[in-house]
Amino acid sequence: MSSTSSAFSAFAVRPAAARQLAGTGTLLRLALRRDRLLIPVWIAVNALMVLSMPGTLDSLYGTPAERADLVRQMETNSSLRAMTGPVFGDSLGALTAWRAGVYAAALAAVMSLLIVVRHTRDEEESGRQELVASGTVGRRAPLTAALLTAAVADAALALLLAAGLSGQGATGAVAFALGVAGTGMLFATAAAVLAQLTESARLARGLTAGLLGAAFVLRAAGDSATADGSSPLTWLSPLGWQENLRPFAAERWWVLLLIAGAALLQGAVAYELTGRRDLGMSFLPTRPGPATGRLGTAGALAWRLQRGGLLGWSIGFLLAGLVYGGMTEGAADLVGDNEQARRIIERMGGQAQLTDAFVASMTGMLGLVAALYVVGAVLRLTGEETSGRAEPVLACAVGRLRWAAGHLVIAFGGAVWILLLAGAGYALAYGKDPGGVLGACLVQVPAVWVIGGAAVLLHGLLPRAAVAAAWGAAGAVLLLGWVGPALDLPRSVLDLSPFGHLPKVPGAEMSWGPLVVLCLIAAVLVAAGLAALRRRDMTT
Amino acid sequence: MTKAITVSGLHKSFGRTRALEGLDLDVESGEVHGFLGPNGSGKSTTIRVLLGLLRADSGAVQVLGRDPWTDAVEIHRRIAYVPGDVTLWRNLSGGEVIDLYGRLRGGLDARRRAELIDRFELDPTKKGRTYSKGNRQKVALVAAFASDVDLLILDEPTSGLDPLMEEVFQSCVAEERDRGRTVLLSSHILSEVEELCDRVSIIRKGRTVESGSLADLRHLTRTSVSAELAGPPDGLAALPGVHDLEVRGNRVRLQVDTDRLDAVLRSLTDSGVRSLTSTPPTLEELFLRHYQKDATASAGAVAP
Repeated sequence: MSSTSSAFSAFAVRPAAARQLAGTGTLLRLALRRDRLLIPVWIAVNALMVLSMPGTLDSLYGTPAERADLVRQMETNSSLRAMTGPVFGDSLGALTAWRAGVYAAALAAVMSLLIVVRHTRDEEESGRQELVASGTVGRRAPLTAALLTAAVADAALALLLAAGLSGQGATGAVAFALGVAGTGMLFATAAAVLAQLTESARLARGLTAGLLGAAFVLRAAGDSATADGSSPLTWLSPLGWQENLRPFAAERWWVLLLIAGAALLQGAVAYELTGRRDLGMSFLPTRPGPATGRLGTAGALAWRLQRGGLLGWSIGFLLAGLVYGGMTEGAADLVGDNEQARRIIERMGGQAQLTDAFVASMTGMLGLVAALYVVGAVLRLTGEETSGRAEPVLACAVGRLRWAAGHLVIAFGGAVWILLLAGAGYALAYGKDPGGVLGACLVQVPAVWVIGGAAVLLHGLLPRAAVAAAWGAAGAVLLLGWVGPALDLPRSVLDLSPFGHLPKVPGAEMSWGPLVVLCLIAAVLVAAGLAALRRRDMTT
Repeated sequence: MTKAITVSGLHKSFGRTRALEGLDLDVESGEVHGFLGPNGSGKSTTIRVLLGLLRADSGAVQVLGRDPWTDAVEIHRRIAYVPGDVTLWRNLSGGEVIDLYGRLRGGLDARRRAELIDRFELDPTKKGRTYSKGNRQKVALVAAFASDVDLLILDEPTSGLDPLMEEVFQSCVAEERDRGRTVLLSSHILSEVEELCDRVSIIRKGRTVESGSLADLRHLTRTSVSAELAGPPDGLAALPGVHDLEVRGNRVRLQVDTDRLDAVLRSLTDSGVRSLTSTPPTLEELFLRHYQKDATASAGAVAP
């Protein structure tokens, strides 16, 4: 008896906090071991994008006069500001921060949110956490290890960025690197909170990515309205904080406190939540379902599985369309009434031309994001197959093509649907030229389909590598579209993206040739992918 | 009698791993056929070939008289399959999944569905993620037994079921047999196979090592005999087919090849029998004999 009580008291003497964190080190090592490829690839892509910037910008805007011209142009062109944010100085460092800052921060945010969900809710959902938690692992250790993993990745990225940019000025380089890593941790902690609230890792990832998308749209709207990042819309967006840190241009260090404070607050909320709930459970309770079902076909099942995701994308695209549409009217307004700005605008083709270019670049951005939807929807096939849920369905009287067809209709049709919604929202808020706006959205469809077709082919040929390869392809296209033109990449590289071949309507001449060719390519990719799917062994 | 499943010389490799190396399997229509083998011997791979999910590298495979790779959909209308590890969609209720599988197979008997849910004590309103392993298994079992099909392919279907549910499962399989349906039952629970199966096939390392009725298989193996005699035994050791003979005074224990039992009994009665127990070999012994052969063979392979 006495030995038991002394064992208990020894247990109680250990500080509660330490017990809650027991095993964090082991879990951190496990997470880093599992992500030993993922994290370096994310960091490398991000750093390469940023660190290639100064050289490119130097070749494009070599003289102070050219740079001053660019700065003035940015002050007048709100559509360019919506893409990249305002420019705060004419040094190469400031231009790098302007051109790459938002995207570097967004990439760090995606990397961090994926890491955190992967090591928290994913582990619980798959049931792996149960075995881990039965070891000497504290209640808060998995969350701590996940956040530390994200912190390690963000810190490594920050070190690389600070070292790589130090040639442009050490202070600015440190500010830039801390801003990017801080944004990463901001979304890491946001993901940590959402992973406590939802039972599904897919939903936690989707919601956090939705937050990031909202941050991007808010910042774009704010930046198109003001030339110095002072719009309240910009300040509502964490991506706006990163730009308002103003690296290489009289840094406002206190903005870092804002980022750190928000990250700490979110982290504290996640900690509080994780300490209060049961393993595998969430705060949103599961309701019982019907005792009988009406699902009777593979297509209906696919719709049931994908309709929630499609609803989320629909809302996002409609809102983005409304926001961008609302910005368009002012896109060609002069900031101030100076003669030089007027001349620049005339040189760029006049006011109407500028508005058209704005519509084209905004809808182009939506097209790039729609490529992410189509890849995610096609990869549901891979998810169903590798999870073992496809096997009993295919053991019923359902052919492989019928099984795949339902998901593909939702993927390819859904892409058209969300672009139509974005176009409708855009036209509604803009109030002019609805035909031109809808056309600019729909013209994206063939390029989106090519990316979807590539995902189908990957699923058919290489089911084990399909997830990484298809997301990699979509990410590469997204990066090419966002920063490719500024990087002054050779035409042959830019041409690799199907989006590079789309006519820039409205404004530019409509050309059907490329659209037809892209549709044909997409059809061939889908057909080849389905043929491969029919011939191969199902993975189990 | 027609064959529900015929497999001969089936080969299947995954890269350098050779999963099946000339497997043979014959399942008669209307029988319950046990499919036995140690872990990793190729049972699930065989079943996936039978379902047309994997393509055979070589060998002849017919299910219900058709090729499972080319005619998968037609065959699947007449098949119900229960995997060993059932994964469900997290946001679909068990009842929805049962009805989905039923409709995808081409029909579900609503009365039988209700009766089975009752017998298996399954709550069909719970969502996929909230079921325990045994309950997920029950969802697939109810869907299979309530479907109007000719052939049931069950891959270790009772893993996770408690003993009461195991009993319900056994009575369901017996009912299926009584209705004239064919069942291929892959299992590790040998008492279950012994209870239910008309014939069994035992596979090892992708090959069939035994196949036949339990009586046939028993015939090939040893019976244990222990007896108390009136006097000391005489000449037992010299008899062919006698193994592990132990003599303690008038008590005798031995193993004998079942087809040599006759001579042993005669020799025992010559000495005068006071008491006698004779145990036929259990399936477990059959299984272990092949399993241990496996272990010996691989131990032999390691030695230079």
